Amino acid sequence: MNTDETPWMIRFDKVVKRYGDNTVLRELDFHVRPGERVTLIGPSGSGKTTILRLLMTLEKVSGGLIEVDGECLTHIRRGDKRVPADEKHIRPIRRKIGMVFQQFNLFPNMNVLRNITEAPVRALGRPRAEAEAKARELLDMVGLADKALEHPSRLSGGQQQRVAIARALAMEPEILLLDEVTSALDPELVTGVQDLLRDIASSSDLTILCVTHEMGFARDISHRVLMFDQGQIVEDGPPEKIFSDPAEQRTRDFLQAVIQT
Amino acid sequence: MNPCGGDLPGVLGDTMPFLCGGAWITVQATLGGMVLATALALAAGLAALSRRRAVRAVARVYLEFFRGTSVIVQMFWIFFALPVLTGYRVAPLFAGILALGLNLGAYGSEVVRGAVQAVPQAQREAAVALNLTPYQRMRYVILPQALVGMIPPLNNTYIELLKATSLVSAISVGDLIFESKALINTGSDRVTVMVLVMLFYLLLAAVITLCMRTLERRAARMVGRDVAAFRLRLKGGH
Repeated sequence: MNTDETPWMIRFDKVVKRYGDNTVLRELDFHVRPGERVTLIGPSGSGKTTILRLLMTLEKVSGGLIEVDGECLTHIRRGDKRVPADEKHIRPIRRKIGMVFQQFNLFPNMNVLRNITEAPVRALGRPRAEAEAKARELLDMVGLADKALEHPSRLSGGQQQRVAIARALAMEPEILLLDEVTSALDPELVTGVQDLLRDIASSSDLTILCVTHEMGFARDISHRVLMFDQGQIVEDGPPEKIFSDPAEQRTRDFLQAVIQT
Repeated sequence: MNPCGGDLPGVLGDTMPFLCGGAWITVQATLGGMVLATALALAAGLAALSRRRAVRAVARVYLEFFRGTSVIVQMFWIFFALPVLTGYRVAPLFAGILALGLNLGAYGSEVVRGAVQAVPQAQREAAVALNLTPYQRMRYVILPQALVGMIPPLNNTYIELLKATSLVSAISVGDLIFESKALINTGSDRVTVMVLVMLFYLLLAAVITLCMRTLERRAARMVGRDVAAFRLRLKGGH
């Protein structure tokens, strides 16, 4: 398995997540290598998005622990006890992670440029001019160079999502989390955003964790596909294998259902 | 000495100089109270949302105490009882402003808390994902968006404050009510004086509303929203 030369970028160790009586993740173990692109598929409610939310520290684990780049994200050691991590401990680790949301979540109180520059300026302490130059480069890359001073509400969903992608990349993350990033888009806008992400994936060494219902996109973008059901991994393999010749009946059923819709 | 000329004819000439003087005091009490109430509302409203239980408790005690006792009792305490207890005597107008600010600030804190909570959770999550600190999230992402929702209910609070300034007459501050009582006691026509006083209050309330509407439009533009559409949506929601 893993050797000392290839440390894990992400490691889930017996992670449990419960909401009240509802257990979403049951002692989940999995690893992601640096630069690996992993797609999480499975029926809704199977815990895929929860994994991204735990990594982004939007939720706290109910049990187990998560490591990012060799550091524990969820806990700190106090004496010989492990206690939940505080904001101070989390920040430098979270700095390595960026996330793009299903609903874009652009800040409506800022124009497009400001949406992209705000965090580099505030959280990384970059000079505003430098952050703006970088933001304009990113806007150029996502094909929205002329929209820098627009208000987000004046953009289409696809354009808003591209801005959100640029905003996440402006923080120079090592890990990019994509949470159903095309699900809220009109069908004709999906391809543009997917093409952009394909370009980003192939031209960078970002570690990507992607939750999607677009199987074609999953096949293109990922090195590895994890099939989830009821908070556990049912099948783990390269996309060619999972999509053409799945070993598990549950994976077959799921793929059948997805293709039919 | 008084901007409202004493050269007006008849009963107006007799009463307007006094009423204008009183209105000016009312304006001072209102503005002073607004500044204090706004500062306290922000502080207590945000404290009520703190992760620290002790901070929340302080906000809660402030809210319940100053919302649950009447302004005039608070005014009497600050003006009459505090000097006895502490040895410090405060000027009557200042005591009035203090009581008004503390009282209406308590109401305002609920407005601030509600508006902050009404900002979608997804906005906070996006700010977390960009690694902003809790302070930065509030200052640059949440509060600017909450502002639009705060303004209409704060308009109510400010008008309540304007009307509550009439209580300062009870600690001998020469506001509109104080002057009008004095005028009536010295033989001016009761009805005329009361009509004028009412018009003064209406005018001041209109000025407050005008300012708040302007502020609301600007705040709405800042978050890319059209006020007319926003109001419609609020109505539809109820």
